[in-house]
Amino acid sequence: MKRAVTLRIFDGYFFYHAGLKTVDLQSVLFMLFAFGAIVSALLTVTRKNPVSSAMSLVAHFFMLTGLYLTLQAHFVAAVQVLVYAGAIMVLVVFVIMLLNVGREVQQTSKRSLRATATVATAAVIAVMLGSSMLSESTGKTNLVKLSQEMGTTEIGTTSSIGKTLFTDYIFPFEAVSLLLLAALIGAVVLAKRHVKEEVQS
Amino acid sequence: MMVNLCLDYYLILSAVLFVIGAVGVVTRRNAIIIFMSIELMLNAVNLSMVAFSSYLGNIAGQMFVFFIMAVAAAEAAVGLAIVLALFRNKQTVYVDEINIMKW
Repeated sequence: MKRAVTLRIFDGYFFYHAGLKTVDLQSVLFMLFAFGAIVSALLTVTRKNPVSSAMSLVAHFFMLTGLYLTLQAHFVAAVQVLVYAGAIMVLVVFVIMLLNVGREVQQTSKRSLRATATVATAAVIAVMLGSSMLSESTGKTNLVKLSQEMGTTEIGTTSSIGKTLFTDYIFPFEAVSLLLLAALIGAVVLAKRHVKEEVQS
Repeated sequence: MMVNLCLDYYLILSAVLFVIGAVGVVTRRNAIIIFMSIELMLNAVNLSMVAFSSYLGNIAGQMFVFFIMAVAAAEAAVGLAIVLALFRNKQTVYVDEINIMKW
């Protein structure tokens, strides 16, 4: 609960200096990170140069880290930076550099496909926004206040995640190690040259 | 402006990010960018999982995010190896030029 208390003190500090009485810090941070996440996701999808696309994706991962922190999921935030922004993006950028792919001249040759994608996107967003405006089912309670009242601010910490991971989720954890081993071997087999070529040369 | 930071905002944001990723998968030709769009979609789902975990006070959502990240790492390794193998054979990463399995 120490973290919550410091956050509250920081809240007061923020209000005092920004002169804002009714906006709490978590909401401001959420808006900031949500805007950043949407913009960087759009840049990832629309940039023609694969390298700038990859850099936007790194920015997107950091925005998501901020969002996880507003939800008080500290462990997930740390793993997001380590695994996604670190390991996976290094791999992606490495492959981009290795293949030396240039700018994409045109996006896709089928115009009907793009039109369908646009219409489908608009429809999906409209349905989701509409249903969430109309329904009262998910509730309008403040997530941060709720977790403080329920005393569940501790569920995102590394110690609680570790305890659950090595008790209730031990079998999936072991299964994941097998999956990673299989992926490792698969990647090596796929990426290496054919055995016959090596024998000949 | 009183903004109540409720579950709906996270779910709407997650849905919007998922749709952006899906559009990327459909409209792009570069296999690596399609791959990055799949990562966008996975991350959108992760966000909604963490939001539900926080809302319900249940740790299961964050456990699933952990396993999704492990699967995504495995997918990254194998997927990029496939892209490398494709480029070695076809000298292209544009998916509409790779149609050897088209009957």
